[in-house]
Amino acid sequence: MSGAGSVERGGTESGERSVGLEGAAGHDGDSLLREVEAFVYHEGGLQDRHEYDAWEALWTDDGVYWIPANGDDIDPEREMSIIYDNRSRIALRIKQLHTGRRLAQTPKSNLVRVISNIEIASVSADGIQVRANAIIFESAPRRDTLWGTRYEYVLRRCGGALKMARKKVVLVNNDKALPNMAFLI
Amino acid sequence: MSPTRWNELLNTDGVHGSVYTDAALYAAELEYIWRTTWVYVGHESEVPRRHDYVMKSLGQEPIIMTRDGEGRVQLLLNRCSHRGNQVCTAVRGNASTFTCPYHAWSFGSDGRLKHISMPDGYPDIDRTAHGLAKVTRVASYQGFVFGSFAADGPTLEQHLGGALEVFDRLVAVSPEGEIEVTAGFLQHKVTANWKLMLENETDGYHPTFVHSSIFSVAQSGIGKLYGRDSAALSRDYGNGHTECDLRPQFRHLGVPMGWFGTTEGRLPEYVAKMRHAYGEERARQIMIDGTPHVMIFPNLFIAEIQLFVLQPVAVDETIQHVTALQFKGAPDLNRRMRQQTMGSVGPAGFLLADDSEIYERTHQGLKASAPRYTLISRGVHRERRDEGGYRVGDITDDLPSRGIWRHYRALMERAA
Repeated sequence: MSGAGSVERGGTESGERSVGLEGAAGHDGDSLLREVEAFVYHEGGLQDRHEYDAWEALWTDDGVYWIPANGDDIDPEREMSIIYDNRSRIALRIKQLHTGRRLAQTPKSNLVRVISNIEIASVSADGIQVRANAIIFESAPRRDTLWGTRYEYVLRRCGGALKMARKKVVLVNNDKALPNMAFLI
Repeated sequence: MSPTRWNELLNTDGVHGSVYTDAALYAAELEYIWRTTWVYVGHESEVPRRHDYVMKSLGQEPIIMTRDGEGRVQLLLNRCSHRGNQVCTAVRGNASTFTCPYHAWSFGSDGRLKHISMPDGYPDIDRTAHGLAKVTRVASYQGFVFGSFAADGPTLEQHLGGALEVFDRLVAVSPEGEIEVTAGFLQHKVTANWKLMLENETDGYHPTFVHSSIFSVAQSGIGKLYGRDSAALSRDYGNGHTECDLRPQFRHLGVPMGWFGTTEGRLPEYVAKMRHAYGEERARQIMIDGTPHVMIFPNLFIAEIQLFVLQPVAVDETIQHVTALQFKGAPDLNRRMRQQTMGSVGPAGFLLADDSEIYERTHQGLKASAPRYTLISRGVHRERRDEGGYRVGDITDDLPSRGIWRHYRALMERAA
């Protein structure tokens, strides 16, 4: 799980390209951005539609799904996060949802999200560092909630397709008391 | 409120639905419970150095918990003595002085008034009378800091009573005999009355059902603890403090660290330190028994690996503050504590999101007018006394709820 913090460490210093990133060198900047955008929209759509298995299939074997609390620069190895899932815990989360008895998602939230401001921060041996913003509207039995978040991804090319190695979800109000958030965000 | 009225609200078998939903009753609770009894505020380890401070609450009162220049923990009210502005807006920090940004009055970390701007306007002011207000009584046990706004009443030790020993049991899991609250808090909001949480924390009947989704897919031994064949007990310590005593079941299994779902072999460093600190035999017993699962009335829930603090916000709104317990001198154990806690609790937690769903649905359900009472009679016929004289029952019994309401009524009957 060492790399969860690397979403920041990847930084924005340069648009450096690593020869280690298989396939990326073959794209020009625009087409890579278009591919990344398509991935991010696709991932968001799977979440909105609760297509759990297809979403889980987007992860690399060492994937880390991280939703910090109390800011965006905490150390998840020392401090509490809302979610800090390694790959096996992502799988457990999906299994729990599949039981049909995950009460906090029974019924499933109705979701619609707008994802925007997608940009490639850098490309390195670790992967493609991507940033985006999202506004997610959740309709649940007793409340409607608007979630505002910044996304930070590390995407890697695996067998030709992009996969998620990291997804960090920085809720802009993660320092406040939040209601249930049991859907995939 | 008259005894007759209370006989209507709390009968022997159950609780009138309005006790959870009536805003007037909630206002009375703020006075006769939250501003009267001892309430947990924070842990000394959250303000380790002089002039450290952290924002807390006591009932609906905003509290700055500080460690003053002499090393004493202080509970100050976050209200400028001049015109009422908040003197502190940061969640935590280190400051020997709090300066109010409104008219620049400043106060020490012990609450005393240090400076008045343009003081010639107050030629005769008594500065000692205009410090930040303090919680009337402050006391701590094993580092847990409690406050009470009542000038008189039981001491903290009298209030904790039989549950005092629970804190000793908790810190014994540290090879250095101390716990630390250093992992940061999640804040989880529910649209439900605080007493639904108070009761559920030691309700051993619900896990099998509410948590069946995670128990069915995770390798968790928790389910069995609350099963029909479990030797675990429910206990009422009096004064509203209740426990799920899991030790009988852990002793039955007899596996050191089994309480934490692991084995000694996975935590060699911790086990060696425990043996060194307590000796082979005592260390083995501590590692079999594990940490307590106890609800300290009205707001501190020690839940084996984590600590919850309940903050009432409104009759139908409560914030659950939750963090992983950290045991001094046990970094390998603490890492697992944090990881397991993060999986279990908070808005997305495998366990607490489902509990919170039930709190909210129950609050809505209780607004229906009939039946007028809940039913808390489960296991009345098998209530018994333990060697300490405390009431105990089977782990799935409603005995903790009955203890909570007995104490609640004793406090609330004083309400006019």
